[in-house]
This record gives sequence, C-alpha cells and structure tokens, in this order.
Amino acid sequence: MAGRTVTRADLSEAVYQRVGLSRTESSALVEAVLTEICDCLVRGETVKLSSFGSFVVRDKGERVGRNPKTGVEVPIEPRRVMVFKPSNVLKGRINGETVQGD
Amino acid sequence: MIKSELVARIAERNPHLYQRDVENIVNAILDTIADALTRGDRVELRGFGAFSVKSRDARTGRNPRTGETVEVGEKAVPVFKTGKEMRARLNAEKAPAPPVRARA
Repeated sequence: MAGRTVTRADLSEAVYQRVGLSRTESSALVEAVLTEICDCLVRGETVKLSSFGSFVVRDKGERVGRNPKTGVEVPIEPRRVMVFKPSNVLKGRINGETVQGD
Repeated sequence: MIKSELVARIAERNPHLYQRDVENIVNAILDTIADALTRGDRVELRGFGAFSVKSRDARTGRNPRTGETVEVGEKAVPVFKTGKEMRARLNAEKAPAPPVRARA
C-alpha cells in the first residue's frame, strides 16, 4: 500500500495544470489556501470543506499521564488540539465507493 | 469557515483572479489530496500536518439501536496527524507565535 509521499510541490503542480496560472503563482496560492485554513483554526474556528472533511479545534483538559519507560507520573497540561473528521464522501472514495452528498 | 468562505477570502486578496479560478484552485488541492489517499499514498504538508490511510480489519459490530450483530468488512480510513508547528500555534496564545510560514 504505502507508496510515495505527496507534498506541496504536487499540489502546486495540480493547480498549475488545472487552473493555468504560472508555477510561481500556483505555489503562492497553495500556500495562501493552507495559511488561511491554519489561521482560521488558530482562532479556534472550525473549517468545513464539503465532500472532503472538517477540521475541528478541541480543548483538552489537564490529566495525569505517565512516562511509559519509567512509570513516573507527569501532569499533562490542558491544551488545544486539532482533529480531522473525514467526510463520508472522502471515506467512500478511499474505499472505492461512490457516495453522494456530504 | 466553509469552503465558499475560504474561496471568497482568497479571492478578496487576489483581485486579479476570478472567484471561479479560486474555486478551481481549492478543488484542485483537495482533489489531489483525496486522489493520493485513494492510491494509499501519504500527503505531507509541513507546518500543517500529514494525511495517511490506515486499514481497519473486519469486525463483528452491533446495530446500537436493535442490538443485532452485523459483519463490518475490512476498510481503509483516512487519518490526519497535526504538524509540529501547527500544534505549537494552537497553543501559543501567551507565547509569541512561532514562525509558521517557512516558505513565502
């Protein structure tokens, strides 16, 4: 299963091929899209991308963790994490099914 | 923020592009990620995070409403792991924001 790794360069190439902007501008726009999504999440806002999935920011409370090697208890500070919830369309696509709607 | 709002914001900052172009750009990005995952490839976006696909074994599930057992076949699920810089940014309210945009 494990194949290659897709990176920003591949996303820029796809934009270049599909939209017909210059390569420089394509990569700048890929960056702009990612930055906009990141900034939104940092503000604590949910980002919903229909037929792809949504990114949600969750607040985690403090809890007691343990160093698995030494067994020493350590407090895990309250923190903010981001989770990705894939849409049914994306899940279906990955499993080779066609799913309608979100 | 939903996809159309994302498109509107990017279009606002790039007045030389049509909204339709920006829509195509966003879709090209999302489709490329989805296609990669469909092939079983990994997608790594430094500063943001990485998408990969994990396979889940077949299992015997239960319909929570009726209690009936159902066979759930083997399937692949997309997973996302938040990148280091993104994780730091989410928790950086007090500390100064780390440099996130490594590239222009």
